Amino acid sequence: MNKRVNRHIGLFLLLKSVRMATLLVAICFISFLLIKNSPIDPIQAYIGADMLKVGPEQREKIAEHWGLDQPIIVQFVSWGSALLTGDLGTSMIYRRPVAEIIHERFLHSFVLMITAWVLSGIIGFAMGVISAMKKDTWVDKFIKWYCYTLASTPTFWLGLLMLIVFAVWLGWFPVGLGVPAGVLAENVTIADRIHHLILPAMTLSVIGVANVALHTRQKLLDVLASEYVLFARARGEHGFGLFWRHGLRNVAMPAITLQFAAFSELFGGAVLAEQVFSYPGLGQATVEAGLRGDVPLLLGLVICSALFVFVGNVIADLIYYVLDPRIRERRMI
Amino acid sequence: MSILEVEDLSISFKQYTGGLKQKHHHVITDLTVTLEAGEILAVVGASGSGKSLLAHAILGILPSNAGMSGTIKYAGDELTAARQRAVRGKEIVLVPQSVNYLDPLMRVGAQVRTSVKQGDAIRAQRKVFQRYHLKSDVENMYPFQLSGGMARRTLLSTAMVSEANVIIADEPTPGMDPAVIVEALHHFRELADNGCAVMLITHDIESALKIADKIAVFYAGTTVEVAPVDDFFGNGEALRHPYSKALWRALPQNDFIPIRGSQPDPSALPSGCLFAPRCEKATLECGQARPEMRNLRNGMVRCIHAT
Ligand SMILES: Nc1ncnc2c1ncn2[C@@H]1O[C@H](COP(=O)(O)OP(=O)(O)OP(=O)(O)O)[C@@H](O)[C@H]1O
Ligand code: SF4
Ligand SMILES: [Mg+2]
Repeated sequence: MNKRVNRHIGLFLLLKSVRMATLLVAICFISFLLIKNSPIDPIQAYIGADMLKVGPEQREKIAEHWGLDQPIIVQFVSWGSALLTGDLGTSMIYRRPVAEIIHERFLHSFVLMITAWVLSGIIGFAMGVISAMKKDTWVDKFIKWYCYTLASTPTFWLGLLMLIVFAVWLGWFPVGLGVPAGVLAENVTIADRIHHLILPAMTLSVIGVANVALHTRQKLLDVLASEYVLFARARGEHGFGLFWRHGLRNVAMPAITLQFAAFSELFGGAVLAEQVFSYPGLGQATVEAGLRGDVPLLLGLVICSALFVFVGNVIADLIYYVLDPRIRERRMI
Repeated sequence: MSILEVEDLSISFKQYTGGLKQKHHHVITDLTVTLEAGEILAVVGASGSGKSLLAHAILGILPSNAGMSGTIKYAGDELTAARQRAVRGKEIVLVPQSVNYLDPLMRVGAQVRTSVKQGDAIRAQRKVFQRYHLKSDVENMYPFQLSGGMARRTLLSTAMVSEANVIIADEPTPGMDPAVIVEALHHFRELADNGCAVMLITHDIESALKIADKIAVFYAGTTVEVAPVDDFFGNGEALRHPYSKALWRALPQNDFIPIRGSQPDPSALPSGCLFAPRCEKATLECGQARPEMRNLRNGMVRCIHAT
């Protein structure tokens, strides 16, 4: 790779980082405002069912302790300055540092999302390729039908269906949770974790393939109709060899890009799937934090997910710099 | 025996124009042409006269919506779809008309090496690049890094390294340096002298005359005349067909008189001679039936009044 491109990438990353920083500030502020104006009372959320036993004086003390009696902007600034020192605050519902919770939850979610991401990427790509190579045959029609149906299926609905069929009726997989219930943490095996991971990961992948497959199919059809594929045919190339030499390169790049750019949908899907499967990941924590008004945790999660989606998009953009020779080796003639 | 014989080839496209009405575009009509081993046949004719489609028909790469009739024979036997698949790229090769026929994501050296069916592919590719003044770093470039002329030379190289029996070159020279054009034409002549048959589709009659043996003149999707190159001189008095004569006289170096009128629309061809609406020699008889291709003075013509 030449120096010019490296400088290009450097500049590109710098610009992206600035954009990210401003975006994060805006997202945090908006989420902060939204939560503060939501009908949920954070003190009630904190105390939970013991609300009746707490008098107004105690309420005030709690409010003072969390800084809830200050004006919103003061609360935001004090939260923000703590954040700059790396302190995400303390979760009100879990009563533990937010960073710790996110770290632990993120590992769970990450495994789930990566599994679903890789599976849906590979399977979706293969489906798209088969569909395009066998255009208008029953295989193509079936794959298209599947994708259009799946693309319009809500994740939670499919998750419930999977639960009913595979966990309740067939009993192949546990009904929920990330680990077996009633087993000590140190006794949980990797096999247990994988066993619990399969259903939610499958739910996410089954839906995730639709986009990649349809996109790859269309791209490959364009490529197959191109003049360079016509010329390859005129030179005696055909079938899988022709796809391997002229199709793969030309469709893999857009597919990989699409897959990285789909991080946001992946995250969104994970939130719903985790909820259905009571899988203890970021998604589930987000729902709880939102419902119970846990401002520090929710804001931490917002930052975390925004970063995650952003990184996916940056990688999607970078792929063209790294993989596409038309950008990588551009030079004047 | 001719190596390639195209007989009564017709190609049409169906087009639906509103509702269920169908329009047939007769883009090639009763085309007959033969190619001999050791000979260069230049094919000339106006844009849209079906030159590229003939090339694609021979290789079996017509668009799927094209309807085709007539026969194509290669080495004496009919060139069926299965046989086309077997011989293309090996015995019959194409130099396509546009540089878009190069794979944008494949290094051009590799694209040329694909065509080498036997022997050392790298050596063959380097040799042909050297011959066409392509520097040694060009083989590692991608098509977007090439100038138009370089891309043309790459396309040409794919055919030149192939050791095929038949080369069909669809306008291989536009955008090249004059020196490289001369080199390319010499190369075609050399291959022909070694027994290869070359069909050179071109707009450049002047260059074609220098190396070709025969010239086929296309008009509105058919061959109107096949003449030995020696007949192209003076005012075209040795030529047989009124269109060939007019085309010859329309060249800048000759009288530079354009032919009036234009080629008929493929969806509304005249019922008689396709050239009749523009022909100065046309008689009532010309409009009644399509003239057959006939032998005349060591050439062929499709005109009832030709002498
Ligand atoms: N896929 C297609 N569908 C419909 N008509 C087509 C198609 N391809 C070509 N044609 C028509 O067939 C006719 C002959 O086209 P062709 O490309 O063979 O011309 P040509 O003689 O090679 O012209 P040029 O000198 O411009 O390359 C044209 O009228 C063109 O519009
Ligand atoms: S057949 Fe008649 S109309 Fe056609 S070219 Fe000859 S003279 Fe002209
Ligand atoms: Mg053409």
